[in-house]
Amino acid sequence: MRIGQARNNKNFQQGTFYLDMSTNIPALKVEGMFKSFGEHEVLKGIDLTANTGDVISIIGSSGSGKSTFLRCINLLETPNSGAVHVHGELIKMRELKDGSQEPADKKQLQRIRTKLAMVFQSFNLWSHLTILENVIEAPVHVLGIPKKEAIERADALLHKVGMYERRDYYPGHISGGQQQRAAIARALAIEPEVLLFDEPTSALDPELVGEVLHVMTGLAEEGRTMLVVTHEMGFAKGVSSHVMYLHQGRVEEFGAPKEIFENPKSERMKQFLQRDF
Amino acid sequence: MFDLYGRGWQMLEGGLVTVQLCLTVLPFMIILGLLGASAKLSRYKALRIIGESYTVIIRGIPELLVILLIYFGGTIAIQNLAELIGGEAVRVDIPAFWSGVAALALVQGAFASEVFRAAMQSIPLGQIEAATACGMTPTQIFIRIKLPQLWRFALPGLNNLFQVLIKDTALISVVGVEEVLRKAAVGAGTEKAPFTFYLVAMAMFLAFTTVSLFVFNRLEKRASRGIARA
Ligand SMILES: Nc1ncnc2c1ncn2[C@@H]1O[C@H](COP(=O)(O)OP(=O)(O)OP(=O)(O)O)[C@@H](O)[C@H]1O
Ligand SMILES: [Mg+2]
Repeated sequence: MRIGQARNNKNFQQGTFYLDMSTNIPALKVEGMFKSFGEHEVLKGIDLTANTGDVISIIGSSGSGKSTFLRCINLLETPNSGAVHVHGELIKMRELKDGSQEPADKKQLQRIRTKLAMVFQSFNLWSHLTILENVIEAPVHVLGIPKKEAIERADALLHKVGMYERRDYYPGHISGGQQQRAAIARALAIEPEVLLFDEPTSALDPELVGEVLHVMTGLAEEGRTMLVVTHEMGFAKGVSSHVMYLHQGRVEEFGAPKEIFENPKSERMKQFLQRDF
Repeated sequence: MFDLYGRGWQMLEGGLVTVQLCLTVLPFMIILGLLGASAKLSRYKALRIIGESYTVIIRGIPELLVILLIYFGGTIAIQNLAELIGGEAVRVDIPAFWSGVAALALVQGAFASEVFRAAMQSIPLGQIEAATACGMTPTQIFIRIKLPQLWRFALPGLNNLFQVLIKDTALISVVGVEEVLRKAAVGAGTEKAPFTFYLVAMAMFLAFTTVSLFVFNRLEKRASRGIARA
């Protein structure tokens, strides 16, 4: 496949290992993640292993730390402690005098970030660029893929999310659902190992939620590795391979959706499931 | 064109100097403005203090004073510096034109830094995060994401500042730069026709500000391409 080959070459040039899907190194592994904002401890030691092809829905009530967890994985927030391995590669951190930590190797972090694409609740498309320009921005300027090739790949992705016809529109001129689908194409364009979704449908009008979930379901079926923070219980139940229930910064339950939804162990999970979504 | 007691050319030359002043100041004003804004938004307290003081000081003193300070003070400062380095007395003259440029850039740069600061803060944080999350470096983010959008938010303010700049060049006449107002004053005095000459000067300034307004409006239209037409 063309795209796969380009990815291979790229990784080969960068001197990193390209690991075949069949190897059993997890796509993403998080160990003992803690995060506080001031006195407020938001993450209290979270572990997570996502194997290639896993689709993990992260659920939990508002303020339980779901977004913070996702943002600590790609270091949009700096965790106070904890390790993140992306396909076996540890993101290097160094300790500061005050006991907090910071990324030790900016180059490595930037490289690893290209393997962790993020889709945001509020889309966050770059408003001065057209949809196509949004999608080729990182491939061309971060990965160094020739523009012509990047456009070919972008067009294929835009077809996939049903946004090809709108490729020359600016984000401000299309609906929220279309923006989010474009944002998904943008995330896919860097050929990430793991896709991080932070409530991708929460900012959408109800009638637009379906089109985005449809695209995400397609990605899950393709075997993409995905972490999805969501309030869409239908997606969590029906599409994901695992569900992680966060409560006050701890993993309260983790397992297959069937177990979790039909047989919740903890009282809190039971209460959570009884609520209206 | 009417020959203005034979001084029509003189007035046109003055016009050219005014235009040169404006266009020379513009890039320096933008650079100072960007630096000032970056300082104000810096992570480092020392830089923030410098950035804030720059605006506070410049705002608090008359432009004319800045011009005089730089023209006279600057000459002395450079002479002293040259003596310090060279060990012997030297006579340096800063050309009036360049001291004028320096003064205006300093003044307008302080105001531009406010415009740019506000513009930088208008760029949605989420777009910066999206850029960070896909591996862009801070420099790339600045050049590819912030700067292009900065223009959109800053252009209305810069438009305004450039209008003020055009008019402020008239102040430079005090140090003898032969711009429009200076030429008009000389003409008015020699030919005993102040009304005529000042009227011509007025027309010329109006022409400059009108052209500037037109150009900036075009730029603003371009920069806001694709932004929702609310
Ligand atoms: N930058 C920040 N500074 C201070 N506190 C923060 C910050 N970001 C998040 N928090 C706090 O951390 C806690 C967890 O926030 P987080 O956004 O991770 O929750 P969430 O599970 O994503 O909730 P929601 O479902 O509402 O999105 C909240 O109490 C929030 O107020
Ligand atoms: Mg959240």
